[in-house]
Amino acid sequence: MERSEIVIALAGNPNAGKTTLFNQITGARQHVGNYPGVTVEKKEGYTTVNGKTVKIIDLPGTYSLSATSLEEKIARDFIIHEKPDVVVDVVDASNLERNLYLAVQLFELDVPVVIALNMTDVARNRGIRIDVKKLSELLRVPIVPTVGTKGKGVDVLLKTAVERAEKPFSGGIKIPYGNDLEAAIQRISHLLKSRGWILPGYDAYWLAMKFLEGDEDVLKKMKASFSEGFDALEKEVDAEKRHLQELLGDDPAILFADRRYGFISGACAEAVRLSPEARHTISDKIDAVVTNRVLGLPIFLLLMYLVFQLTFTVGAPPMDWIDAGFGWLGEFVSGLWPPGSESALKSLLVDGIIAGVGGVVIFLPNILLLFLAIAVLEDSGYMARAAFIMDRLMHKIGLHGKSFIPLLLGFGCTIPAVMATRTIENERDRLTTILVSPLMSCGARLPIYALIIPAFFAPKWQGPMLWTIYTIGIVMAILLAKLLRAKVFRGETAPFVMELPPYHMPTLKGVLIHMWERGYLFLKKAGTVILGVSVLLWAITSYPKPESFPERIRTQEAAVEEAYKKSVTDIADALRVPNPEKLVEILKEEASPDALGGKGRLFLETVAEIRKITSGFTARTEVLDEDSPAYAEAVKNRNESFETLRKKAPGAFELARQYVESAEADYQKGLAELDNLRAAYAFDYSIAGRIGNLLEPIMRPLGFNKKLATPMIGAIAAKEVFVAQLGIVYAVGEADEESGTLREKLQKEYSPLTAFCIMLFLLISMPCIATFAVVKRETNSWKWPLVQAFGLTGLAYVLTLIVYQVGKLWI
Amino acid sequence: MSLSDVPTGEKVRLVDVMAGRGLKMRLAAMGLLPGIEITMAQNGGAGPVVIYVRNGKMILGRGAARKVKVKIF
Repeated sequence: MERSEIVIALAGNPNAGKTTLFNQITGARQHVGNYPGVTVEKKEGYTTVNGKTVKIIDLPGTYSLSATSLEEKIARDFIIHEKPDVVVDVVDASNLERNLYLAVQLFELDVPVVIALNMTDVARNRGIRIDVKKLSELLRVPIVPTVGTKGKGVDVLLKTAVERAEKPFSGGIKIPYGNDLEAAIQRISHLLKSRGWILPGYDAYWLAMKFLEGDEDVLKKMKASFSEGFDALEKEVDAEKRHLQELLGDDPAILFADRRYGFISGACAEAVRLSPEARHTISDKIDAVVTNRVLGLPIFLLLMYLVFQLTFTVGAPPMDWIDAGFGWLGEFVSGLWPPGSESALKSLLVDGIIAGVGGVVIFLPNILLLFLAIAVLEDSGYMARAAFIMDRLMHKIGLHGKSFIPLLLGFGCTIPAVMATRTIENERDRLTTILVSPLMSCGARLPIYALIIPAFFAPKWQGPMLWTIYTIGIVMAILLAKLLRAKVFRGETAPFVMELPPYHMPTLKGVLIHMWERGYLFLKKAGTVILGVSVLLWAITSYPKPESFPERIRTQEAAVEEAYKKSVTDIADALRVPNPEKLVEILKEEASPDALGGKGRLFLETVAEIRKITSGFTARTEVLDEDSPAYAEAVKNRNESFETLRKKAPGAFELARQYVESAEADYQKGLAELDNLRAAYAFDYSIAGRIGNLLEPIMRPLGFNKKLATPMIGAIAAKEVFVAQLGIVYAVGEADEESGTLREKLQKEYSPLTAFCIMLFLLISMPCIATFAVVKRETNSWKWPLVQAFGLTGLAYVLTLIVYQVGKLWI
Repeated sequence: MSLSDVPTGEKVRLVDVMAGRGLKMRLAAMGLLPGIEITMAQNGGAGPVVIYVRNGKMILGRGAARKVKVKIF
């Protein structure tokens, strides 16, 4: 069969350098996706060999093909069903025996195999000498020595693989299993053939072997296809297995593994020579320090601290740039409409899409840096040691070492935390870690605590309060992890078995590709979901819009205008301007100042001067402390400027200052208050506001009224939105965590108990929508993000309910 | 004796893995089969152990190590 392209599958143990080799071969011409329906990544890439297009599939890294793990099943199914033209098995030359176990299983699948004998440099340094020609003869496969990190041998490997793919394949080597096992295989295989029970793409001999090994995946597939009489066959197989067990003293599955390793050891004994100095290598010397009982933990904590610092400190300036970039974009887009105009499209673009997507893309520097650090730790071989060090502690909560790093990152942001769980191979451990990770209180929740704690707790209790909140999160995570392991993800706990690969220098190319992959996936996939959600959230907080405002707001509107007019009329009288109405129009910049003459003119000029001085003063002192000498200096400068002005025109100055500092300032304040009232009313009128009203009866038992219930919906978009939304609801203008007025209003309305309950609820309840999207992506299902969202919200509800109701009895 | 009781630096031979099929198969795939020589690289008395086997270094959780029966050379 002639195919337009040659398909090469890359197989190999984890840590054999498979990915490095894949990156070397394909460079940027690669694509990362998922295998259908599972979380395992599927990487494909292209290259050209002798003018032909070659497609490379990077299979998941596995130690064997016995289908006991998802990765093994995927790799095996791919080879059986997709029939690649050739399988390149990447083998770590410094750890030959264990790596050849997979090769032997590949031979048995009856596909053409080429071995890439990788890391030959490491092997040589460790005093391992491999006779490649002899090993190739013994295994009857082409073997090409490579050094993936340096790109050595890659061209020869590709050429050899393509040659092998184009040559007719006459079957690989058969492992000598010994007479007893061989006879049993033949009997079962004969039985299968006589019944015609051969699944398409499979081979009778191989199927027979899998029956004897008790391979669950094969048994399930066979049973599904040939249900009738399957039990009878199973009985025959069981009889054979018992017979072998009696004869040879072990489970046939172990016997097969033993014979395979026997074959490999035999081949290695002939083709590999170890020099005596092979023992104490540099890797062992590093390990003596890094995994040391005393030093191991501090070194690990230091490295984690550096990763944390790198991610959240070095990431801060680029985050500001992105923030500024989106801010600029928002202003630019706003500028396309005439000032002051109301447009739904403008609002959608600016308040919905740019603000929503921008709020998430801002995390990109964090993610890139985090994965840069992780890639370095992982590629160098340190991650395996970190898992070793943390295993003891994590074991106590039913997880193992590898879950620690994602949980630690959760304090910064849950999104990278969830993404970092990729290093955990075991599905149950990974899901448990993902599900509890939002309980690590993320950075976006800090503004909430920063708003509430100082409002309700005395200064000496503020620190302990914050600590308590964080600790509650950690304790909840531990308890929940334990519960999940005991109830949901039970069954056999995955024993902690892991290879400790020798250290090696990560390559820049590998690390950068790794980082870019993650960043790109984040931007593309999470971005599309987030875009949709942003639009939705914008729509439900913006619509329907009230057609008119209620009486109380309109009355206040009139009152504000009236007060302003009155102040201006007083000034107009003092100036002896005959037409106060005109002056109002001019001051509002609705009429040209030319209409005014004489003294009025001077007044207007002085007003402009005072405005200039005042705004300059505000800009200068914005970031200053009121007790600082710089602030005093600014005050002095301002007063001097005022003095000069006063000397120029004493009468006009007093009136102008009165206008700017009281009449106009009061007017602005009144208008802002009105804006807030209108915003609060419009929000109440919108779908989000109505949902808040509906939720109120449910929230009441937690001590939350309607004003709190509505911002809690906003918190779903992003936790920090709670503060801004609360500001809208309380209508106090630009609310941020420093806003004294909001704090005062909260203080008047709520008890410290309610304040604590707010924080507790927001800590535990469903994570933000971005996390939801990432969990959906990482688990490749809607089930887990939904379980997480509802589960955590339910937990938060029950816990807050208990705390509030019990607390009420005490206080 | 169990692998978890082997002191650092000691060389032992694997006798049997007294575990369920799952762990047994996983260890077998990594070359931990009866008769194989194991050198204890690190055993701190608690937590996982580090061993040399078939020229490679491996971590074994204490629970798993307890199930690996060995005899001293």
